[in-house]
Parts: sequence; structure tokens; C-alpha cells
Amino acid sequence: MQNETAAGVAHGDPVIEVRGLDKTYEGGFKALKGINLTVRRGEILALLGPNGAGKTTLISIICGIVNPGNGTVVVDGHDIIRDWRKTRTIIGLVPQELKTDAFESVWSTVRFSRGLFGKAPDDAYLEQLLKDLSLWDKRDAKILMLSGGMKRRVMIAKALSHQPTVLFLDEPTAGVDVELRRDMWAMVRRLRESGVTIILTTHYIEEAEDMADRVGVINKGELIVVEEKTALMQKLGKKQLRLQLNEPIDGLPESLSAYALDLNDARDELVYTYDTQHERTGITSLLRDLSAAGIGFKDLSTRQDSLEQIFVDLVKEGA
Amino acid sequence: MNLYGVRAIYRFEMARTGRTLMQSVLSPVVSTSLYFVVFGSAIGSRMTSIEGVSYAAFLVPGLVMLSLLMQSVSNASFGIYFPKFVGTIYEVHSAPLSYIEVLMGYVGAAATKATIVGLIILGTARLFVDYSIAHPAVMVLFLVMTTVTFSLFGFIIGIWADNFEKLQVVPLMVITPLTFLGGSFYPIHVLPPLWQKVTLVNPVVYLISGFRWSFYGLADVNVGISVGATLGFLALCLAGVWWIFRTGWRLKA
Repeated sequence: MQNETAAGVAHGDPVIEVRGLDKTYEGGFKALKGINLTVRRGEILALLGPNGAGKTTLISIICGIVNPGNGTVVVDGHDIIRDWRKTRTIIGLVPQELKTDAFESVWSTVRFSRGLFGKAPDDAYLEQLLKDLSLWDKRDAKILMLSGGMKRRVMIAKALSHQPTVLFLDEPTAGVDVELRRDMWAMVRRLRESGVTIILTTHYIEEAEDMADRVGVINKGELIVVEEKTALMQKLGKKQLRLQLNEPIDGLPESLSAYALDLNDARDELVYTYDTQHERTGITSLLRDLSAAGIGFKDLSTRQDSLEQIFVDLVKEGA
Repeated sequence: MNLYGVRAIYRFEMARTGRTLMQSVLSPVVSTSLYFVVFGSAIGSRMTSIEGVSYAAFLVPGLVMLSLLMQSVSNASFGIYFPKFVGTIYEVHSAPLSYIEVLMGYVGAAATKATIVGLIILGTARLFVDYSIAHPAVMVLFLVMTTVTFSLFGFIIGIWADNFEKLQVVPLMVITPLTFLGGSFYPIHVLPPLWQKVTLVNPVVYLISGFRWSFYGLADVNVGISVGATLGFLALCLAGVWWIFRTGWRLKA
């Protein structure tokens, strides 16, 4: 169900178009199977998926690190194979693992990256970049002297050194402390405001929920769904109705056995799970049957599924 | 052409030399000086001169060539191996750099470093030995051809190697024996007739012979053949690099 068109909110024209992308590694492992994906200009797209699902392979192909199999990838109107020079100038990448030149200083490694991407030196820009990432004080420090979090910042500075308009963040917050994570998301928001398109992968689903405009789920090399985050949550989300009972009950009466009800351990709360997409949610009849059974409640609340639950369900279905 | 990118790699590699001055400049100078002292002054003073050239002076081109080869191969192989080893190669792959440009950066820097070390050794030799250079232009030609060719060779080794041992094995097990047996310390006509023929399959013979000719007009093989053989090996290395880049061998999944 690779429907990604319906969702409504028009963000911008497509900035990345992946069509029918396959990738089989030398050992015969099929990492990607016919991926179709459109990334819109200026959006934040979160790619979710378990380890080994193909997220990093997809990113690596778009960035030019891994050779594609079948299929095409077009970035800002340029084919990544034919017009590789243009697409690579547009793209910035923060890879998952910390890979840095340990003996270089922060300042020289960032200048190196800018040069590598074919941009004329611009020390004023790099100074601002390092200041934004709280790295300016460390500019003369050798990278091996920095903490893991600081190294992560250096990786981001390197990726942004050539002013890319499309930024890939491959699990940027893995092993990162709370403060840096907060700083990082603040920076991602700023970048997005300046028009940069951001594609990130993460294991922290609450981050995707918090940050992303759209969410894609990859499992076993296939893109299971790409959807506006809110639409996805509405469409696939299950809701729960919680009823706080007046007094604990011994068990569920026969008359209520048709409902998907759970009684908590304290036996004073009933949880009813229902699907928001169904025409009848069953709430009215449930409440009626409850009162017929003589069960009274003093309070009620509803809760929507988190993206995490949706994700887990999707991946399970795919399995 | 991404010249900023070429410059970035070139400068990065040259800066690495600056940080490892002891290892990359001082140690070859010291070890070659030892050769001059031991073989040139101590033993050489008891040797007869070779076609009018003192043995110590005879050694100079061969020893300079030895360090040119070692330096070119080890600089270039380490230069490309290390980013592969620590994983920073991802950035080079994702950058808008053609393979030719990557090659220009890494091989250009390795050849520059080897040339600098070669010139320093040549200068140091002057302290121990009195020598002259009959054909300076040809000398420079051989210097440049050799460093470029063997930096390309080193680049291939750096891509081929997937551990540090493999990185060391070629300079130690291939370059050193070929250089020692390639006429660094003797003219090949002193060998028994059969070995005079066998030694001609050693490419280093042509390098040393041609290089020595540029100093003293003294050669084991015709200097034209030396230039041809060196260009042939250069072409071979270029073909190897071209194949690696075309197939992405050991570079890209």
C-alpha cells in the first residue's frame, strides 16, 4: 500500500523522486525491493523501520555511497547517476556512525568538508555554523579530544559546511544526551524554516511524532507506507476509551463479552479499544450495556495510539 | 572540475605530513644517511671506482630511488587506506568529486611528499659524498615519473589492503627486494651472465639505471628503454586504477 498521494497538505514540489529502486548486495541480500518515494521540498520526512530494514541503504544510494540496482533517483530534477555532481552538491549527509578524522581540528575538518564539496572558502559562514552548534569554543580542539556528543555535532557541521538544501540525518540521536537532542531538533527546525528539506531516520518514534511532517515505514526492503503523520495516526490509529469504575468488579458479565474490553489489575478500570475508522465505534452500545449490567463509572477518557504502536503494528503485519 | 575538492584532499594529506614530520621526513633521511656512512664512506672507500665514478657517488642515485619508491608507495597507500579504515571515506564518496579528482588529490600529495623527501636526501648525500648531475632535466623527469607512478601503485595497494599487514607487506616484501636486486648497490654487468638476463624483468632496474644515467651518463640499459619502461609501468598503474574506479572494487557496495 504505497499510497502517498492522498494525504492532502501540499508542501511543495517534489525534491527527491525515487522510482522502482532495487538493491541486491553482493552476498545476494536484497536490501531494497522496488522502493517508490517522493520527498517534498521543505518537509521533514521521518523514515522508520527496524534494524536492517533498508533505511541506511536507501540513504546511501541517494547520497552516492552505494551503487543503486534497478530504478531511478532524481534529486531536484537531476538524475543521481547522470548528474551526480549536481545532486551531490545539493545533498548533505550525517551518517549513523561517528566517523571522523581523529587528529584533525574541528575547524580544519569543517573547512576540508566545504572544499570537498566544491565550495569556495567562506570562513564567516563556517564560524556562524560552529557557533550555532556550540562548537566555536572547540574549533582548535582535535576531534579525538571531544566527547561523543561533541563529535556528533562535528558530523553535523561537516554535513552543513557546503550549505546543502537537502539534509539526510541517519539516526542522529542514537546515543545522544537529552541536551544535545534538544539542541539538534531546534537546529533541524531552524534549517527547515530556511527551506532545507530534511530526511531523518530514527528509532525514537516520539521524535518522528514530534518533528516530522510525514512518516515513512520501511520493513524488509519495502516501503510499507508513506503518509502525513497526522493522517497516518488517524487512519491507522486505534483509540482507547478508559472508564474509571465507581467500585471494583469481580469480572466481566456475559452481556459484555462481545466487546474488546480489558479489566485492569485493580479491577476498577475498563479499557475499551476501538478503531476510529469504523463506521460504528460501538461506544454508544457499550455504555448502554454497561448501565444495563449495573456497572457505573465516575470518569472516562480517550487516548489515541502513539506512532510507536502504529509502527509496531505495521511491522508485525508485514512480517 | 571540482578544484576546491582536489585542493581540500591535497592540503589534508600535506597537513598530515606536517603532523608526522619525524616519521615521514626525518626517518627516511636518517636511514638513508646511514647507508651513505656505512656503504659509501666506510666500505666504499675500499671499493674500486666504477667506470670512473667513486663507489660512494655511484650509490647516490640508487639510494635516492630506493627512498622515492618507498615513500611514494607508503604515502599513497596509507593516504587512501586510512579513510577506508576509519570510515571517513563516506564523505569522499558523497562529495561531488570524480575519481580523477580524488586521484589527483591523493596521488598528487603522495608524489609531492616523496619528491620532497627525495630532494632532502639528495641534499643530505652532499654532506657525505661528492657527486654531480650531468643531465638535471632528465633527473627531474625520472624523479617525477617515478613518484607519480609509484604513488599510483601505492594507491592501488591502499585500496586492495583490508588490514594493516597487507599495507606493509608490499613495500617490505616487494619494493625493498626489487630495489636491492635492481642495481642500487652494483652495476648489473658484475652479475653472472644468466642473472644479468633475469634481472631485466625487474622494473626497478630501468628506473635506477635511467636515474643514474642522468647523474653520470652511466647506465645498465639504454636510457631510452628506461624512460619507455617507466612509462609502461605508469600506464599499467593507470589501467589498474581505471579498472578499480570503473568497477568500484573494494570501494563501493
